[in-house]
Amino acid sequence: MLFAPVNRIIPFSNVDGPGNRMAIFLQSCPFQCWYCHNPETINMCIHCGICVPGCPSKALAMTHGKVHWDESLCEQCDSCIKICPHLASPKILTMSSDEVIDKLSEVSSFVRGITVSGGECMMHPEFLEELFGKVKALNMTSLIDSNGFVRFEDYPRLMDVCDGVMLDVKATDPKFHQQLAKHDNASVMDNLRYLLSVNKLTEVRIVCLPRFDEQNRKTIEDVVSIVKDQARIKLIRYRPYGVRKEGLDILGSASLDEELFLEYRRYAQSLGAGEVVSV
Amino acid sequence: MSTAYEIVTDTTLTYHQQFINLAKLGENTDTTLPYNPEFLKAKEAGMICDLFEGALPFRPRYILPDYSILMKNGSKFLQLDPPKDIWEATSALMIMYRHVPSVSSFPVFLGNLDELLDPFIVDEQEATKAIGLFLLHIDRVLCDSFVHADIGPKDTKAGRIILKETLRLQTAVPNMTVRYDSELTSDEFGALCAEVMLSTAKPSFANHKMFSAEFGEKNYGLASCYNGLRLAGGGYTLPRLRLANIAKEATSIDHFKNVLLPKYVDLMTEFMDLRIRFMVEDSAFFKSNFLVKEGFIKQENFVGMFGLVGLAECVNTLMGIEDKKKGYGNNKNADDLGEEIIAHLDHLVSLHKAPYSENSADRYWLHAQVGIERDGLDSSPGARIPIGSEPEIHKQIAHSGRFHKYFPTGIGDIFRFEETWKNTPESLLDIIKGAMNAGMRYFSAYCENNDVVRVTGYLVKRSELEKLDRKEAVLNGATVLGQGSRDMAHALDRKVTK
Repeated sequence: MLFAPVNRIIPFSNVDGPGNRMAIFLQSCPFQCWYCHNPETINMCIHCGICVPGCPSKALAMTHGKVHWDESLCEQCDSCIKICPHLASPKILTMSSDEVIDKLSEVSSFVRGITVSGGECMMHPEFLEELFGKVKALNMTSLIDSNGFVRFEDYPRLMDVCDGVMLDVKATDPKFHQQLAKHDNASVMDNLRYLLSVNKLTEVRIVCLPRFDEQNRKTIEDVVSIVKDQARIKLIRYRPYGVRKEGLDILGSASLDEELFLEYRRYAQSLGAGEVVSV
Repeated sequence: MSTAYEIVTDTTLTYHQQFINLAKLGENTDTTLPYNPEFLKAKEAGMICDLFEGALPFRPRYILPDYSILMKNGSKFLQLDPPKDIWEATSALMIMYRHVPSVSSFPVFLGNLDELLDPFIVDEQEATKAIGLFLLHIDRVLCDSFVHADIGPKDTKAGRIILKETLRLQTAVPNMTVRYDSELTSDEFGALCAEVMLSTAKPSFANHKMFSAEFGEKNYGLASCYNGLRLAGGGYTLPRLRLANIAKEATSIDHFKNVLLPKYVDLMTEFMDLRIRFMVEDSAFFKSNFLVKEGFIKQENFVGMFGLVGLAECVNTLMGIEDKKKGYGNNKNADDLGEEIIAHLDHLVSLHKAPYSENSADRYWLHAQVGIERDGLDSSPGARIPIGSEPEIHKQIAHSGRFHKYFPTGIGDIFRFEETWKNTPESLLDIIKGAMNAGMRYFSAYCENNDVVRVTGYLVKRSELEKLDRKEAVLNGATVLGQGSRDMAHALDRKVTK
């Protein structure tokens, strides 16, 4: 049985793929995007203990050199996450695939399946393969929400049990991607083509940023030229909520102008995209 | 109760509202019915509530005419020929609605509108205009939130037009239900209903399979808040046990179940018997009303509704639980006791032979009453979990599934969703399908920022609440009830699903 660090499970999610789905967020991500909304999912806890004294409900304790989190006492005030200097969270549960399936069985009559996100869930590909096999046995579907860092073609057995991938393409310009995510995008672009070729590309997600009109347009142009009308394109409007200071300094504390955002949508459609949704 | 002087000088009441209040005042001067002094004592002590139905019942509380007879035969009394087109059909219905009585003097059931109107849809544009005006007339003339229309389960042109116009008009009246069965209702129509519900708090979804099994597929309708009743029949009367208060009198769970419950069930069934016998045997209604004479309703299709409120607080009191978040709805032992109480109550009620309940197995049927504004925070509606203590939505639904089977004449729960759900009605439909499979009878939802919102079982407009807050008269007679429930029972503060 395999295990993975789970940041949280949302029993009902309407924004992680088609229909109502259970969304599972795994911990750790190789990217550090400017606009990350949940930066506490980026790194694993190093048990420094800085968060422990500030917990108002005494749900955190230091035992044997490790931070221990008592879920039953936690009031989810997120004080620990706000104070953590390492982009991590002490509230991580190490769960087996069976434990995740138990959670799914509580809601299975209300959802079409699961979507695993993160962090970057492809940091745990063997776990996903095992989990998705069990989900399939329940006649439900499994989707991956990924930043494309890990090459999907290296995991053919996972691809067999995965019903589709929602892929973030943060930027198609390699240099800009490097600045924005602190990593290059070579594997992302390969994944885009690969997933399309094996018919597993459920959706491509592009975050449209303030102050980077040229990059926004370039990413949309390049993605549409590859994907054409073969997968849904979801344009996401930059919003400052949860974004840390580094990101706010670069992108500002206002959401992307709504008129400009709608213009991007029309632009994608004019280039020959199929279904374009904007959120 | 206000005095006549207070009623006629109250500037927040419209003329019609004053008129209805004065009539009630007059009715209550009558002392014909020999109510048991023990019953009156229990009422005074807050153990039983008669929901202000009035001292002398001169019509059933809820009436569900079979309007298909109007479509087929017209009406002799109303001097109407069978309608031949959409204008005549909507006009005939509007005329008839004016003559259907109820406890509120407004018709609480307008029929299965899509089935009634679909045969008349020829030109869609013309039909849209006719149905739009029809719905507008209903909101402005039948201005009471307990006026209720049904649609479904089949996907029809008329159903779609009704939904489209409902979305456009954004009115609180009529309340609306779609009778939903995933095997009969198309996903497209189901998702359209969910989309309109998120924006206007209606239609709610009724479990068509469940109601069909109890009443027969074509033999029921949803009236008033969420009351499942026999078509061409209705509900005679609806008093309610106030379980939260009865529990306070109990010395133990055993005392509650085996001494107090039987005592109050006896007092309430006797009270219902008395009223129903008077209605059927003495009042003019079942003898001379055109609805009876022309076959729109039949006496044997009526049932007495045995109501209850405050199960949550009852259970918490009996178990000595003070923190609501650790009690009924969030605690397996409390839920088990809740179901044990309801199953026992259902058994006690079934032992009583109800008069004139020929098509209802000669018994009274349970109803989870949604509460009234003055219940405040001490008594949650029916078997609902207290507002502010709701668990995650799937747990709340599973909880509902345990209790809904006991209440064929009405029970339901309401869920508030964040705005993003408006973009994904198909996701909400997934939840509704799961809820129906889990045994949920009636599912309502709305989005947090809507103007039209569901209070406990009925709808009000926030904009009308604001007018009332400024002491201005408002058209809808139920807005004042919504104001009370908002202020005293926090009815608009239910948990939001993100």
